Amino acid sequence: MAKENFPLIFERSKEGKSGYNLPALDVPEVNLEEELDDAYIRKVDAELPEVDELELMRHYTGLSNRNFGILSGFYPLGSCTMKYNPVINEDVARLPGFSHIHPYQDTKTIQGALKLMYDLQVHLEEITGMQEITLQPAAGSQGEWTALMIFKAFHEANGESHRNEVIVPDSAHGTNPASAAVAGFKVVEVKSNEKGLVDVEDLRSVVNENTAALMLTNPNTLGLFETEILEMSEIIHEAGGKMYYDGANLNAIMGYARPGDMGFDAVHLNLHKTFTGPHGGGGPGSGPIGVTEELAPFLPKPVVREKDGMYDFDYDLPQSIGMVKGYYGNFGINVRAYTYIRTMGAEGLKKVSEYAVLNANYIMRSLEEKYQLPFTQHCKHEFVISGNKQKAQGVRTLDIAKRLMDFDIHPPTVYFPLIVGEALMIEPTETESKETLDHFIESMIQIADEAENNPEIVQKAPYETDVKRLDETRASRKPVLSYQKQITKEA
Amino acid sequence: MSLPKDLLYSEEHEWIKKEGENVRIGITDFAQSELGDIVFVELPEVGDEIEADEPFGSVESVKTVSELYAPLSGKVVEVNEELEDNPEYVNESPYENAWMVVVEPSDESALDKLLSAEQYEEVIKED
Repeated sequence: MAKENFPLIFERSKEGKSGYNLPALDVPEVNLEEELDDAYIRKVDAELPEVDELELMRHYTGLSNRNFGILSGFYPLGSCTMKYNPVINEDVARLPGFSHIHPYQDTKTIQGALKLMYDLQVHLEEITGMQEITLQPAAGSQGEWTALMIFKAFHEANGESHRNEVIVPDSAHGTNPASAAVAGFKVVEVKSNEKGLVDVEDLRSVVNENTAALMLTNPNTLGLFETEILEMSEIIHEAGGKMYYDGANLNAIMGYARPGDMGFDAVHLNLHKTFTGPHGGGGPGSGPIGVTEELAPFLPKPVVREKDGMYDFDYDLPQSIGMVKGYYGNFGINVRAYTYIRTMGAEGLKKVSEYAVLNANYIMRSLEEKYQLPFTQHCKHEFVISGNKQKAQGVRTLDIAKRLMDFDIHPPTVYFPLIVGEALMIEPTETESKETLDHFIESMIQIADEAENNPEIVQKAPYETDVKRLDETRASRKPVLSYQKQITKEA
Repeated sequence: MSLPKDLLYSEEHEWIKKEGENVRIGITDFAQSELGDIVFVELPEVGDEIEADEPFGSVESVKTVSELYAPLSGKVVEVNEELEDNPEYVNESPYENAWMVVVEPSDESALDKLLSAEQYEEVIKED
């Protein structure tokens, strides 16, 4: 079967087929008409696919084979930290004491799970240099929003509810301005300078009595460390604002620098990035936040506390902003993060950052001849190159990304950050071998040569994938989001 | 790259056409080619006030979302509602079918600050 013609489950369906046998009815039969109003009774059978169990399993296996994940090949998706997720995480997460418990169970019977949450908080406090952690937020973006709501509650408690502006650099992750807007703040942009760092003078000019906070990633989205960070913290704090650390890039500095020591008041962590929770395809994510002592009373409740060797949920937080997620966060992901931290140890986590930075610099220096490098200083865990040289030859960054797929490489993040034209944002992570990095470098150099000598090869890529160049425009303009029989017939 | 001589331009890549008391606004050929295929256009409503240098709408392409910055302040008197269903007009016909809004300027002298086709050409050369 040609892979292009991989059938939908509905197309495998044949009337009357079934993958199960229901047992004989052993309860009294109910007459629907007597029990329900006519309006609520289905008149036409639901059109569910009818297949046997083997066909169903082939359907799912077929789908999984068409997927590309970190276990399929190199996945240098900038800003996403697509590192290997150790299998031991899965082993530990499946222990019955973690997987077969209920959120409403008597806390005396789940002391192990609570101790894990408590200890994870303590480890994350140490790694970030913050005073208290909540494990509730389910993603980085929710962590951002939670912290901004805490800032808001803090300013209100201090009689400063007029503070309604959040400053965000022009290179920021898109979630930063989005979270600020959703939290009800006005977004104010601060410019980057020619080195790719926040322009401190411009920061001074946008700070005022309405400043609620600055949101910052460090290293920033260009993979560059904000060297003026202490001065920036001072400017914001002097104006009465708070400092927010977007932890998406923590993989670059773990064990070497702590947001708390840089002057940040709140921090989120992406446990599904830095701490090896499964990633992509909906995760699920986990985006705990850490705060300073003065902000701790506003944390979402409950928090896990320890007393005389026993652990319990503390709901007695009168200034709390409330719950931000059902129950206590994505517990299963937090078990994996805890496992990772304990298996790596403090020295191991420092090595993670060292290798992540070394790998990124190795690739960057190997590509700087063939591709334009807009910022030439050493990078941290990721870097941004521009496809501007290739653009002059009629090859766009999108084409380069498509061509990479022919080399069994997942394309990097493209067209972001917005301040670099034809951007490619590359993050190799620490878990890749030198052989893999070399394969990527050689592939990129070959593509640059093709762009120079025979641009059509790149413009028409990919060739080796199950499906070729997709019509992204039509997919966006006229999306087909659900299966409808008549559509299949037309096609 | 098409740059009609009878239009005015802004550094934020909009074209402005004077029509009696009002001005018609859209984005330039250069802007649409940089953005790539446009998939969604968000515009203000008739009666809205727009403010110079502030966003009044946005265009989304397959690769990015960009804000539309108002080249001058004024009141929106007409909106091209066809763009909602036909965002491809922005790529196909940036100066004709893809006009975005007609605005009644609050201060006519704001037009003097806009760029001529020649001046705008210099701006995009630097980009």
